[in-house]
Amino acid sequence: MNAVLRLAALSAWSRRLTLGLTLVAIVLATTLLLAVERIRVDARQSFSQSVSGVDLVVGARTGAVQLMLYAVFHSGAASNNIGWNSYQAIAGHPAVDWAVPLSLGDSHRGFAVLGTRADYFRHFRFGEHEALRFTAGEPFASVFEAVVGSEVAARLGYAVGQEITLSHGIGETGMGEHGDKPFRVVGILAATGTPVDRTVHVGLEAITALHLDWVGGMPMPGLNIPPQLVAKFDLQPKEITAALIGLKQRSDVFRMQRFINEFRGEPLLAVLPGVALDELWQAIGTVERTLLAISALVVVVGLAGLTATLLAGLNERRRELAILRALGAGPRDLFLMLTAEGLLVTTLGALLGLALTSLGSSLAAPWLLERFGVVLGARLPGAGELELLGLVIATGLIASLIPGWRAWRMSLADGLTPRI
Amino acid sequence: MSALRITDLLFRWPRQSAPCLDIPRFELARGERVFLHGPSGSGKSTLLGLLGGVAVPQAGRIELLGQDLAQLRSHARDRFRADHIGFLFQQFNLLPWLSALDNVLLPCTFSARRKQRAEPDPRTAAKRLLTQLDLVAELWPQPAAELSVGQQQRVAAARALIGQPEFLIADEPTSALDTERQQIFIDLLLRETAAVGATLIFVSHDRRLAAHFDRTVALDEINRVKPGAVS
Repeated sequence: MNAVLRLAALSAWSRRLTLGLTLVAIVLATTLLLAVERIRVDARQSFSQSVSGVDLVVGARTGAVQLMLYAVFHSGAASNNIGWNSYQAIAGHPAVDWAVPLSLGDSHRGFAVLGTRADYFRHFRFGEHEALRFTAGEPFASVFEAVVGSEVAARLGYAVGQEITLSHGIGETGMGEHGDKPFRVVGILAATGTPVDRTVHVGLEAITALHLDWVGGMPMPGLNIPPQLVAKFDLQPKEITAALIGLKQRSDVFRMQRFINEFRGEPLLAVLPGVALDELWQAIGTVERTLLAISALVVVVGLAGLTATLLAGLNERRRELAILRALGAGPRDLFLMLTAEGLLVTTLGALLGLALTSLGSSLAAPWLLERFGVVLGARLPGAGELELLGLVIATGLIASLIPGWRAWRMSLADGLTPRI
Repeated sequence: MSALRITDLLFRWPRQSAPCLDIPRFELARGERVFLHGPSGSGKSTLLGLLGGVAVPQAGRIELLGQDLAQLRSHARDRFRADHIGFLFQQFNLLPWLSALDNVLLPCTFSARRKQRAEPDPRTAAKRLLTQLDLVAELWPQPAAELSVGQQQRVAAARALIGQPEFLIADEPTSALDTERQQIFIDLLLRETAAVGATLIFVSHDRRLAAHFDRTVALDEINRVKPGAVS
């Protein structure tokens, strides 16, 4: 049997060009499959870790998913705000370690504007409890200063010192410009792969200041308060959109959630971000499964190519098989020889595909983060990937059984004299 | 003890109604060198397949070197073939991607008995055979595909002879050679066969070659199925 396998290897080597092309097809198919799987898992990971280290997200009573959508993804609008008093009551609760208010509703050239405190840069965590980093500048310190996310800076070409103006409302078509009160970019954040990259951060007081001379969503006719006079007003907001809460002890989270959900002052909602994000991902998970199914089809096509190559080669190898038969090889040996060849090519292709995926993902990781906000972790292949790899090899074995079986039949029919 | 004894053999290919071979009796003595001829399609190759144990007759006995082939399971028949029979074919005898020397050594990788009988060791035996068959040493490491047809046939003969099999079956081994080379090759084959004392069945449709052999047998003398009956 060892002699047969050695001959199988030598025979395969003599046909290395054809087999090499088949191998390339299998490598590429496997790479595609594994890359889709890896991106799928990591996209989910980076999605569900869009915010971490935050124990509760608090907003006006609505659905958990909707609250996450506007508070974390800055997408859609809050139906209601939270009173400043309620916020203070929650922030002052003995179980609360820190609280960061969020105020949304304005935008800058399509990017959401988030009014918050400089604390935000200290407490906000994403991924594996990573803190925000500045690639340039520093947090805002005074009213008309702004910190922009990496994607905002990259797309609009902003550097520290850039003057920008904000628009009222969300989206490209703002409902009015806050053109009278320009901001200066003082800091640029490093890419995170989270909505932070697409956000302009300003102080909570700045949001109040912008709207001093606005009433009911419109600039008040005849009233115009210039920026230099803003400081004379009380810039304490009366309402905020949402708040991020960090607890002293994680074990208090359900007690605190109940406290907020049963808050007497107004109807509020507190959600655990991880749970809500998972729920949200479920809703958009069909796409990822479709993608996986498509790449599985590509693998099947690649393996069908392998089977076709082996079968096509078989006719030319009838002489070879007959010679081996005369030398004492049984039909079983020839079956083994053909099957081993297919399995070898598949296994080699699958392993090279894995190597290519690992290499490619480590090379492409920075670019993917920059362009698509997908965080690809440098790591060993996960259980899901190994499972797929096993499936590829198993399918390859099945595909190789067909030429093996043909060789068996052929050797029985041909005997020692191939009929060509 | 005879080298081959066939009694009441009946063979029919699957999915064919008429039998292809019906041989009441055929016997070969040890060391005998027999020329077997018959027109193409008369069942010569089928008979060789039966002798090699690649196919099994529906009825009758084939005793090869005293062993009834029907008594052996298919795996044991494969082993028996590897151990005791050297084969030579018309052409394309060699694995094109193996060197000439490795082609000669092939039977020793399939059969421990042939390996053991290749004295003093398989490589030396292979080189000696190739030298006796006039194949210069420069050609030994060359892939078989790069040799001329005549050279290939000589390598194939060395492969059939290595490890001293008791039985040699040659199926039209000279048909790809010109007349002059045919003579040389047959002389060579007969000499080497005699040197190891093997029994030889040489099959050909070319009766002019018969003169070299101990005995000449026409297949239709021993086979009761007439050639016209076989498609």
